[in-house]
Amino acid sequence: MIKRIAVVLLLLGLGAVFAGLLAGYAPDQELNLSARYYAEHTAQDIGAANIVTAIIVTYRGLDTLGEVTVLFLTAAIVGLVLSHGRRKGSGPQRELPPSGELLSTGTRLLVPLILLFGVYVFVNGHLTPGGGFQGGAVLASAILLLLLTNPLLRFGHGLIAAIESTAGLVFVGIGVLGVLFAGGFLDNRILPIGDLGALFSAGAIPVIYSFIGLKVGAEFSSMLVNLSETEDL
Amino acid sequence: MAYIAIATGFVLILIGLYGALTNHNILRMIVAFSVANTGVNLVMVAVGYLHGRTAPILNESVPVAEAAARIIDPVPQALVLTAIVIGVGVTALMLAYAYKLFETKGTLDISKYTELKW
Repeated sequence: MIKRIAVVLLLLGLGAVFAGLLAGYAPDQELNLSARYYAEHTAQDIGAANIVTAIIVTYRGLDTLGEVTVLFLTAAIVGLVLSHGRRKGSGPQRELPPSGELLSTGTRLLVPLILLFGVYVFVNGHLTPGGGFQGGAVLASAILLLLLTNPLLRFGHGLIAAIESTAGLVFVGIGVLGVLFAGGFLDNRILPIGDLGALFSAGAIPVIYSFIGLKVGAEFSSMLVNLSETEDL
Repeated sequence: MAYIAIATGFVLILIGLYGALTNHNILRMIVAFSVANTGVNLVMVAVGYLHGRTAPILNESVPVAEAAARIIDPVPQALVLTAIVIGVGVTALMLAYAYKLFETKGTLDISKYTELKW
């Protein structure tokens, strides 16, 4: 009871802080300095129609490399934690009920479409609201649907690991090419910038974002597969 | 408009923290942390919103020359995109640890884990 009161008091205090923040908040009327720079320079410097993509892949590309690394570490730790002490070769202990006509037929219909949509989202990341992270999550949702239909379905860890490490190496490799042939690490101008709004534009951004998409999709898939393999126990 | 979104975000943070502090089941705590995480993201996106402007994507309706006067702040959006992905990773990690804890003790009740309690 005392603990509950302490929690409520803590949250009331935090709520008062938030209320103060909200009362003192005045929305900007103008873009601030860095946002204005991005708005004015993205079109001629980067050539990407989607300014958010230009920030993520090029202006702050190094941060994105760090983010992908964090995600890779997370996937690796999930795999390590869950595989430790797992009994090898022991099959499922119980029979699972069939998943039902609706789910299995729906999966067969939807999985190719979801994969296609995921690829579309990350290939068009520099033009539309989308990109590698979103597209990768969409790809992994196809894997999730397959696992929902058949929780005992097993994917090759080798294939997922191969896609992930190849995509990561290509990402870093393109970054190094930027040092050699353009202005710096992860500079997108190693390829022609092209016309604003065309599919083949914005230099290396579509290539980089596609590989980020594959990498994120593989990482999320490996997390899902590792979590679903705990079903064996 | 931005005020509603920011207030909703703050309320979600408070709900999430309340859930994380009062629930004893580890899975419920993970769900509560996800709710609080969503609240933080909502606040950050709402702060970047400018009234009467549109998404930071250049096309026919947002010509390059007028971009600075027509778009909202793209930086918080890039930040939140990152935060959402890392949030998924953190949730997956918490679930993996919860599974491991259940395997060692056979319960998800946090009050049964007394090793580090003082």
